[in-house]
Amino acid sequence: MTSLLDLSLAEARDGLRAKEFTAVELTDAYLGMVEKHRDLNAYITETPDLAREQAKAADAALAAGTAGAMAGIPVGIKDLFCTEGVLTTAASHILDGFKPPYESTVSANLKKAGAVMLGKLNLDEFAMGGSNQTSYYGPAKNPWKAEGSDVDLVPGGSSGGSAAAVSARMALAATGTDTGGSIRQPAAYCGITGIKPTYGRCSRFGIIAYASSLDQAGPMTRTVRDAAIMLGSMAGFDPKDSTSADVALPDFEAALTGDIRGLKVGIPQEYRPEGLDPEINALWDKGIDMLKAAGAEVVDISLPHTKYALATYYIIAPAEASSNLARYDGLRFGLRVEGKTLDEMYAKTRAAGFGEEVQRRILMGTYVLSAGYYDAYYLKAQRVRARIAEDFRNAFKTVDVILTPTAPTPAFGIGANMDDPIAMYLNDVFTVPTSLAGLPGLSVPVGLSSTGLPLGLQLIGRPFDEETVLRAGDVLEKAAGFSAVPSLVKG
Amino acid sequence: MSYIIKGETGDWELVIGLEVHAQVISNAKLFSGAATAFGADANTQVSFVDAGFPGMLPTINSVCVEQAVRTGLGLKAKINKRSVFARKNYFYADLPQGYQISQFDLPIVGEGEIILDLPDGTSRTVGIERLHLEQDAGKSVHDQHPSKSFIDLNRSGVALMEIVSKPDMRTPEEAGAYLRKLRAILRYLETCDGNMDEGSMRCDVNVSVRKAGEPYRTRCEIKNVNSVRFVMQAIEIEAKRHVEVYESGGDIVQETRLFDPNRGETRSMRSKEHAHDYRYFPDPDLLPLEFDDAFVEAIRVTLPELPDEKKARFVETYGMTGYDAGVLVMEKETAAYFEEAAKGRDGKQVANWLITTLFGGLNKKGLSITESPISPAQLGQLVDLVNDNTISGRLAKDVFEIMLEEGKDPAVIVEERGMKQVTDTGAIEAACDAVIAANPDKAQDVRDGKEKLIAWFIGQVMKATQGKANPGMLQEILKKKLLG
Amino acid sequence: MSLDRDTVRKIAFLSRIEVADEKLEPLAGQLSGILDWFEQLKEVDTDGVQPMSSVTDAVLRWRDDVITDGGIPEKILANAPEAMDGFFTVPKVVE
Repeated sequence: MTSLLDLSLAEARDGLRAKEFTAVELTDAYLGMVEKHRDLNAYITETPDLAREQAKAADAALAAGTAGAMAGIPVGIKDLFCTEGVLTTAASHILDGFKPPYESTVSANLKKAGAVMLGKLNLDEFAMGGSNQTSYYGPAKNPWKAEGSDVDLVPGGSSGGSAAAVSARMALAATGTDTGGSIRQPAAYCGITGIKPTYGRCSRFGIIAYASSLDQAGPMTRTVRDAAIMLGSMAGFDPKDSTSADVALPDFEAALTGDIRGLKVGIPQEYRPEGLDPEINALWDKGIDMLKAAGAEVVDISLPHTKYALATYYIIAPAEASSNLARYDGLRFGLRVEGKTLDEMYAKTRAAGFGEEVQRRILMGTYVLSAGYYDAYYLKAQRVRARIAEDFRNAFKTVDVILTPTAPTPAFGIGANMDDPIAMYLNDVFTVPTSLAGLPGLSVPVGLSSTGLPLGLQLIGRPFDEETVLRAGDVLEKAAGFSAVPSLVKG
Repeated sequence: MSYIIKGETGDWELVIGLEVHAQVISNAKLFSGAATAFGADANTQVSFVDAGFPGMLPTINSVCVEQAVRTGLGLKAKINKRSVFARKNYFYADLPQGYQISQFDLPIVGEGEIILDLPDGTSRTVGIERLHLEQDAGKSVHDQHPSKSFIDLNRSGVALMEIVSKPDMRTPEEAGAYLRKLRAILRYLETCDGNMDEGSMRCDVNVSVRKAGEPYRTRCEIKNVNSVRFVMQAIEIEAKRHVEVYESGGDIVQETRLFDPNRGETRSMRSKEHAHDYRYFPDPDLLPLEFDDAFVEAIRVTLPELPDEKKARFVETYGMTGYDAGVLVMEKETAAYFEEAAKGRDGKQVANWLITTLFGGLNKKGLSITESPISPAQLGQLVDLVNDNTISGRLAKDVFEIMLEEGKDPAVIVEERGMKQVTDTGAIEAACDAVIAANPDKAQDVRDGKEKLIAWFIGQVMKATQGKANPGMLQEILKKKLLG
Repeated sequence: MSLDRDTVRKIAFLSRIEVADEKLEPLAGQLSGILDWFEQLKEVDTDGVQPMSSVTDAVLRWRDDVITDGGIPEKILANAPEAMDGFFTVPKVVE
């Protein structure tokens, strides 16, 4: 059965169509892994019965020739997507027992395409965090360990459970969401591929909101081709989301021509700050050489406002979050802690229901929107955001795609940085600018650190040009030939 | 018209501004597909969007946009082709999202005006500051349980237009006239049904007082006053309170107050005293609302004749007084009734019947003009019967009463009950002869110069003919017979 | 920019999050640290720059005025911690 687990999504799809194995067999293989590696805490909720039922339906559809693009593919769903009748928590105590009577558009699209849902994946509470340590359900663990060390590492975040599950073969692919790097950074930490599409490409309907102007869903997979296939099934215009873009959905897989000759790749100097880990620098240079070797033209560019992106993000995202999370009030769903008065009920419920980081961001967001501070913080941040977006627009006048590191470090140990919010925020330094500008960003595993941990590079594209990003990513992936897997998969 | 509070320290003037929340007439809610109808069972007209469920997103209803623009045009206001929805953040049991989607610094409609027709025949223009679209909240029910409040979200998400006046009103009467006029305009436009009982029109009142020539002083906002009468009362009471506070050396604090009509007082809403900070910011779930001139013009060409224009036309066309015209146009149904009844007739005469007789009759029966048992055509026919001498003016009143009860055509009533005016000279002469013969003394008195007694004779003959004798002919015949 | 305890208490109230008195001080410290970090934005020249509240230039799409939702009170109430007679319930609100 091990061989089934080694297949990429594309290979599994082809094997299913060629009747080499059944969706039930494939699903059972993954359910076995879900059980085997439960200690990674990648899943909050497992749905094996549902998975088998969906696998049977997929086999029937495959037999009847009516199968969709994702038929029989066992996927995990980040527990930020509302799934009808299945516990949905956002990894927060405040959503205790919440079973949405509705389905998110993205997960519904995947269902329609025949995907099999293995369960709901762990994440940072309300997607607020970069290490999966803020989950009420405990941290998910990175399947990778540093050479010669037994220290548990973070899988990154917020889509930490998704990255861990795909990396550990507990799901063939997973959905993630990315607000400031929550797909790309964990993908890099866990040695997998993840793309945050252009804002508006995937519907936000039914995804529990963190920061509405930034949140975007995307696939987390083993290969770039897998990401292209899965994105095709997740994305699409949705009238139920006013910010969903009414643009044509291209065939992303067809974009993977392997040919990037003449492609102009921008290298932003600002992503090489003083003190950047030399390993990361070296990896980046390696990536540049690979693309050059494939015929791309490398161009030095400047994104002058890069260094202000983090502070900008940490004003805007908490501001929106403070409002988005006001609905968790103990009244209509989830946790309620009784109080003598309505206000007391609110305050007790929200104090008990939200974890420390979520509370911190709500308070910060409330503050930056409050009278007297709105202009200095929120409005200023929105103006800086415009400048950051302008940087990218200028750059894309001369280049087709931008190459940067995904994260400044490899995965770190569980428990690190927990007392220092700003140190934790710095993990997002390379992913946040893309989010603020709403651009597509892809992380591809390119090499291993000296300690044997995966490192990724990020490709950033023009709005709604995921095709170029994926094409370049596919070339980079093949050139890097990244084939390392965590030791627990090997054993 | 002036309204002054005479204080111990001098005369005080009132400064009044009104914020009216008008429920938009639409099938579905502003940001969800749930129904808006009044009176449904609790929580049956609620979508997951209206209940603020996780992951739910708003999408805007096109008709609500049209209605707001239509109303803006009716208020002769500036239409903003680009406006922005913002979140107003606060916690309340009937506010499921924890914020209200409203508009803040970029509303859909800007400055406009309303012309008030005051009872003394003068008119006055009150400025409109803005009109914006926003969501209604749900409803809290406090009397169902000893220790719980019950929450019904049926109203949550229904589209409201908040129409804010400038602080241009100076008397309670002006505030009342403003509300009535605004209501009339909304009803003409069919953008709000104006029903204050069902809460589809609610009013917040801003009141302050000042001495002549002073800048504005601190105002208080009286929330949710739900009738024109209460608005006027609340203003009087609140203004007096301000004067008393100032004159006893105190100061007015800006706050939200509640009007208690039973006690005839306003009082501070303690629960709202916590420093509010609504933290408005553009709703990231919604993009800017934009439309072009063509959209506005397409609405403009469908605007009905509005009360002010109709009033001017009535005065011009029918030669009635401005006051009468103002009365007729206040409800568009009344104006329509009038125009139907006046078709091909003397408008002034019909207006007179409508205002003095029909209004009274309907009022007594507690009916509205649309429920009138007398159709416009029937009222017109009644006027015709008077004009062509079929019935006398006196009998016409009786015929009207019967019409009101039975709803029949006046001609049928006259026929059935033999109420036709007697215009046959012979019959009237015979009746006169009989009365004169029976009262020879009085007849002699008349001949001796007591001409006032003729009236008595007219009465007697009318009585004998059950009022049917044509009064003009009767008088003429009697005079001839008595005086020669 | 540093926050004091009272400000933290005030924003905690606005956020409806109960914060124990002994936590006010450490929170004030943490939040002040983040606010200090925000100060760097002052370096950015943003004169004449329009605040960016959305990444798209698109404008709002409109939906038709048709009733497509509602009529599901049992689903609306299904997740409620407490409901009675078709209503959500909360501790009595006194006006």
